[in-house]
Amino acid sequence: MSRRRKLFRGAAVVGGGLTKLGLFKDRNSKDFFAEAYQEMLGSVDKGFDPKDIDAAYVGNFTNDFFVNQAHWAPIISDLIGLVPKPVTRTEGACASSALAFREGVLAIASGMYDIVLVGGFEQMSKRTTEEVAEGLAMAASPYEVATGFTFPGVFGTMATAYFAKYGADRDALFNVTIKSHNNAPLNPKAQFPCTIRDFMNQRIERCRQKGQPIPQWKDEKDFLRDPAVNPPVAWPMHLFDCCPISDGASCLLLVAEDLAKKFTEKPVYVAGIGQGSGYSLHAKKDLTTYEATKAAAEEAYGMSGYGPKDIQFSEVHDCFSIAEIVHMEDLGFYSPGEAFKAVAAGESRLDGPKPINTSGGLKTKGHPVGATGVAQLYEVWTQLRGDAGKRQVPNPNLRVGGAHNLGGTGGTCTFTILERR
Amino acid sequence: MNNRPFNDTSYEQFLNEWKIMGTKCKKCGALALPPRPICVSCSGSELEWVEFKGTGKLAAFTSITVAPPNMAKEGFGRNNPYVVGVVELEEGVKAVARIIGIDAKKPEQIKVGTLLKAEFLTKGEGLARQTSLAFKP
Repeated sequence: MSRRRKLFRGAAVVGGGLTKLGLFKDRNSKDFFAEAYQEMLGSVDKGFDPKDIDAAYVGNFTNDFFVNQAHWAPIISDLIGLVPKPVTRTEGACASSALAFREGVLAIASGMYDIVLVGGFEQMSKRTTEEVAEGLAMAASPYEVATGFTFPGVFGTMATAYFAKYGADRDALFNVTIKSHNNAPLNPKAQFPCTIRDFMNQRIERCRQKGQPIPQWKDEKDFLRDPAVNPPVAWPMHLFDCCPISDGASCLLLVAEDLAKKFTEKPVYVAGIGQGSGYSLHAKKDLTTYEATKAAAEEAYGMSGYGPKDIQFSEVHDCFSIAEIVHMEDLGFYSPGEAFKAVAAGESRLDGPKPINTSGGLKTKGHPVGATGVAQLYEVWTQLRGDAGKRQVPNPNLRVGGAHNLGGTGGTCTFTILERR
Repeated sequence: MNNRPFNDTSYEQFLNEWKIMGTKCKKCGALALPPRPICVSCSGSELEWVEFKGTGKLAAFTSITVAPPNMAKEGFGRNNPYVVGVVELEEGVKAVARIIGIDAKKPEQIKVGTLLKAEFLTKGEGLARQTSLAFKP
């Protein structure tokens, strides 16, 4: 049905920056963006004059609510000295900055601009947890909110549909959480750089210091089954199925493909971009799939000429553990009902045949919603350049990686494929 | 009743009258609940009201222990969770709704596929009267 889409001119990533993610109440969005921007400037191998940037696209979900400030584009433009150049804010809930990246690619592809800055930011720590939940719920469907659904509730609902259809249970979710946390200590930018085993040891140490009985967990799954440490949020989603509240910013420097080597000998090229939209729960034909992700993947695969098997590793939006499993299927990495078995078999581990969320994912790295899309692409860019240090995918021929970003409860999804040539 | 616009306000008014009303496309027959002004199956704009029987089965659910402000105000939360879910109606469309008459504290015992019947939950009076759709076994 859909025709194969092509860019009139290709684009490449030649620089990037990402703040350490976490809760930083004494800093604000400008501080975060400036930090990411400065790291990006230092990352361009051959250097460049920032005054040559033609335009910028910045993603932000709802700082309007979180810090009572809207109209962020000129604030960012002023911050980094881009005035009077065009700067545009993009909004697609948790996929806001993936849309910024896409707009940047399209602006270069059109021939309009040669050098474009793309990024994102969010500041969530100024609000209470309850207020943040209320702010995030603005990205759910009005029908869901009126019924009493929460964000974790929508994903929990999809989990029960998946469990019933394919015979999975909470064990499938534990495997995702444990895998992501195993990557976390290897990422210096991660908000929670610790394994589940580390959490267990911390808890045992605290009990010992307070003279309380020492918990006797058999293993990591036994720990995750304990409601005292992993309480329910929205069945079957428990605390350790949910990503944290985070502050942070990300940015990437995009340039026209033919200019890339002026910036670096190791450009990472944009092979395919895709975006889709999706229904809210009641209108979905199938509750175990994200139609927006499927559409985005089809578009990106078509443009790149690659198929799911060619994607050597990928960031996959894991705001809640079940989302990672379902999206691994919607991206075509696995057949429906098979992804949870692949995770159980260790295939998505850093040293597995299809590493997923080498960054530790949103669960451990953090999820400053507006920054996330570009933060995921930052990880893919870092891996493809071979700069990922201890979490480098152990494959000497790493060439093609993907980044999947989801907004809201699946209303806006993107898939982007980057490659080394 | 047939002159009401095909929108959320009409849907809510009908709920206040304890009726589950959606739209049917006159061209392709596609059903929509809540009502839609445009048929998303064939892009047609010729629609008519249709009443749903209010019987169906549980397609998916969650039991919420961390409640949003509007539900917390009603006393729901950590010690008093509530269930919401997706119900597949006999007519083939789905609805999101509260699921009542089951033990929200034992979600592991709730079964997808359970047969359900509509209930109308009403609060407030006069102009402030608000009815929401719920289902129970």
